[in-house]
Amino acid sequence: MIVAFSIMLPFIAAALIPFIYRRFKNIHLGWFVLVVPAVLFTLLASYIPRIANGETFVKTYEWIPTFGINITTYLDGLSMIFSLLITGVGSLVILYSIFYLSTKESLHHFYCYLLLFMGAMLGVVLSDNLMVLYVFWELTSVSSFLLIAFWHHRKASRAGARKAMIITVSGGVAMLAGFLMLYVASGTFSIREIIANLEVVQASALFVPAMLLVLLGAFTKSAQFPFHIWLPDAMEAPTPVSAYLHSATMVKAGIYLVARTTPIFGGHEVWFWTVSGVGILTLFWGSFNAVKQFDLKALLAYSTISQLGLIMSLFGLGSAALHLGYASDTVIYTQATFAALFHLINHSTFKGALFMMVGIVDHEVGTRDIRRLGGLMALMPFTFTIAVIGSFSMAGLPPFNGFLSKEMFFAATVNIMQLNIFSLDNFGLIFPVVAWIASIFTFVYCAIIVMRTFFGKIQPDRLEKPPHEAPIGMLISPYILITFVVGIFIFPNVLGHYILQPAMASIYPMFPSSEELTPHIAAWHGYINTELWMTFGVIVFGILLYRTLKKWRPMYQIFPQKYTFNAIYERIIGSGESYSSRITNRYMNGHLSYYFIYIYVFFIAVLAGYALYADVLSWDPSKDSAIEPYELILVFVMVFAAGAILFAKQRITVVLLNGVLGYSVAFFFVLFRAPDLALTQLVVESITTALFLLAFKYLPKIQPEKVSNSIKITKAMISIAVGATVTLIGLAVMNYDKFEPISAYFEDAYNLAGGKNIVNTILGDFRAFDTMLEVVVLFIAGLGVYTLIKLKAKKGDTDVESK
Amino acid sequence: MESLMIILVGILVAIATYLILSRSVFRVIMGTAILSHAVHLLLLTVGGLKKGDVPIIGQADEAFTDALPQALILTAIVISFAVTAFLLVLAYRMYLTNGTDDFSQLGGKSDE
Repeated sequence: MIVAFSIMLPFIAAALIPFIYRRFKNIHLGWFVLVVPAVLFTLLASYIPRIANGETFVKTYEWIPTFGINITTYLDGLSMIFSLLITGVGSLVILYSIFYLSTKESLHHFYCYLLLFMGAMLGVVLSDNLMVLYVFWELTSVSSFLLIAFWHHRKASRAGARKAMIITVSGGVAMLAGFLMLYVASGTFSIREIIANLEVVQASALFVPAMLLVLLGAFTKSAQFPFHIWLPDAMEAPTPVSAYLHSATMVKAGIYLVARTTPIFGGHEVWFWTVSGVGILTLFWGSFNAVKQFDLKALLAYSTISQLGLIMSLFGLGSAALHLGYASDTVIYTQATFAALFHLINHSTFKGALFMMVGIVDHEVGTRDIRRLGGLMALMPFTFTIAVIGSFSMAGLPPFNGFLSKEMFFAATVNIMQLNIFSLDNFGLIFPVVAWIASIFTFVYCAIIVMRTFFGKIQPDRLEKPPHEAPIGMLISPYILITFVVGIFIFPNVLGHYILQPAMASIYPMFPSSEELTPHIAAWHGYINTELWMTFGVIVFGILLYRTLKKWRPMYQIFPQKYTFNAIYERIIGSGESYSSRITNRYMNGHLSYYFIYIYVFFIAVLAGYALYADVLSWDPSKDSAIEPYELILVFVMVFAAGAILFAKQRITVVLLNGVLGYSVAFFFVLFRAPDLALTQLVVESITTALFLLAFKYLPKIQPEKVSNSIKITKAMISIAVGATVTLIGLAVMNYDKFEPISAYFEDAYNLAGGKNIVNTILGDFRAFDTMLEVVVLFIAGLGVYTLIKLKAKKGDTDVESK
Repeated sequence: MESLMIILVGILVAIATYLILSRSVFRVIMGTAILSHAVHLLLLTVGGLKKGDVPIIGQADEAFTDALPQALILTAIVISFAVTAFLLVLAYRMYLTNGTDDFSQLGGKSDE
């Protein structure tokens, strides 16, 4: 109940925002919004002891039970980590945003989107049903789109939002396909049930395709190589959004999905290599590219990509333990997963703080370009502290939490070399080497953040505003985060026991005890092990590379701009747009008759085409009623009248011929035992003819069609084909007798509706609503006629048309 | 009789289609009017013709013709009248504003 409430509350709050905004104009809207994540965080945190005891909370609300789609909320260790991050970082970000965004911005939009995102994100991590998860997943993409484009007057914001949307949503659709395959393979949408019936799923031929499609969704969302290109552009969003969505929560949805589906797919070789391979590549590529950035936010974006790659690769490495099965010597490989979860939390703390730091610098100085910054240490000492602690933690230095998880990461990459499965004996060395090189680059960009912003000479003339320290309100949130950065370093095992251990149980449900899976985290093991040597190496080489940065920076220019992923993306989108507009312009040429031709040709192709293909055309005149001579005459009259309309030169002739047609139809109604129809038709036809005659005075004379013969022939052929299709299908359905007619029911009209005229009872009683709405249609048409006649164009308006 | 009626319907539809494909608004309106006549006859015909008596209880002892198509057609007649009337006025208004009843003269600029 509480879990479902947690998902609902942000949505409800988002719906209330317009009212609150209107009512309390003088108070910053953020104060009201802050209540939502704070309450949710407290509520969810109250579950921690029970979750730590191994309890899980499931609750099902039926939605579409026939298709196995139910809203099942599921709170376990893994969901707990994410929901605490979402609400915890959410509270801090909203607090920060109160000071970051002035009341002049359209705050009601901003907080509405933010709450929408929060609810959607909670929905993703707390749903057990794959379909519900998918819905919330796409909702996070939508809200991210809205938030990136928050300053929609800027072109870059709009472009960034579109890019993020296209990439994450296409990945989401692939993921949906993967989910459907899982459904086909397992017969259920529930993740828990799929894990319970694992043998069936793993035996299915759809297992590997489903895995790859789900991974595509996860990789696009978590900005993994080569889909990472959207994340730097998403930095156009306001900094609180970047800190929240694009570093702490939304981009971790992909990580969540990988962690959640590890029990299903983990242990397969393809999964191991894809997840850890893409992860380690992203780790390297992100850190390598972060070094060349000049914009602090872009630098942080690439560093986020890199860190996400790190976490991703750890999940990949940890999945090897599932292949080996449970044994006392395989537990060591689960430590990679433990490190992943640990680093996930650490990353949110230090990266959130760093984003807020950049936001403060941007806010107080007016620029984020490191070429214009420098020497701010003395002027902004508090901000400087945040930067130092955040960066050192990210670089993996003690005494901060990043050091612990980085050490565990190194340990995991070293341990994996000992395995001889998945051809790891040949390629296993890749992991520690790439990880180590990437970490050196990480060290370099961390140094850039601190040194280029806060050391060196200040350049006041190149700054937008005179620099000064941020207001205290803006500092609260990052300081809480860096308190965690230090606090987790000092007491890592508290976190390990209460938060990480239950999550390990979610990822390795087949392993008997999660206690065993929880290593004791220590900063110093009493001796210098390989990991520590790697860290020393990182520091030494990192300092060396930073000192020589000027010398090797031109290396980045070597790679041709034409072949970057961004350029490829732009080319694909650009050519897609130009091709589609060319094709659209070719057939949407603005001529109504062409559009009619498309419709008719489609009509003929589909109906006649299908009728011929399925061979359903038949004609059986045996049951036809007899043809009387006067009926034959009437038919000929109609054919001639209709044919003559085509050749009539005078409007009066056309109108009269149409009258002939209408009255003949009325005659037919009489002959075919339909007196009501005949009456109506006579009245309506008379009015229509009168109307035509009235309109006469105002309408232009018929001009002979000035078109070439070939067009005339085309039109004639299409018309004949349409007529033939109608005739053939009409003849085929004439004797259709697969179903009982329902008309017999209405013949009891006297008892059912108290009327003797069956047609009248159908109109006035059985289907009275239809008739009522028909009257409404008449009324609307009447209104339309009246307004069109009476409405006078305003002065000057006519010029618009004649321009 | 049914087959004959359906052939008649086919001819009417063909003529209506030809009129709808023309450029003049007036002819298009005529086309829609003829099309609705054709559809009314089609509905009535596929329900079966002269298979029974007028669907009024107490008039005859034998079976009634199918009343349901008749009710549908009655609705359709009224609606098509409303549509025709509206189109006619729309054409009038269009002619008044643009000075032409030729579709090919309308349609704005190509770069819109």
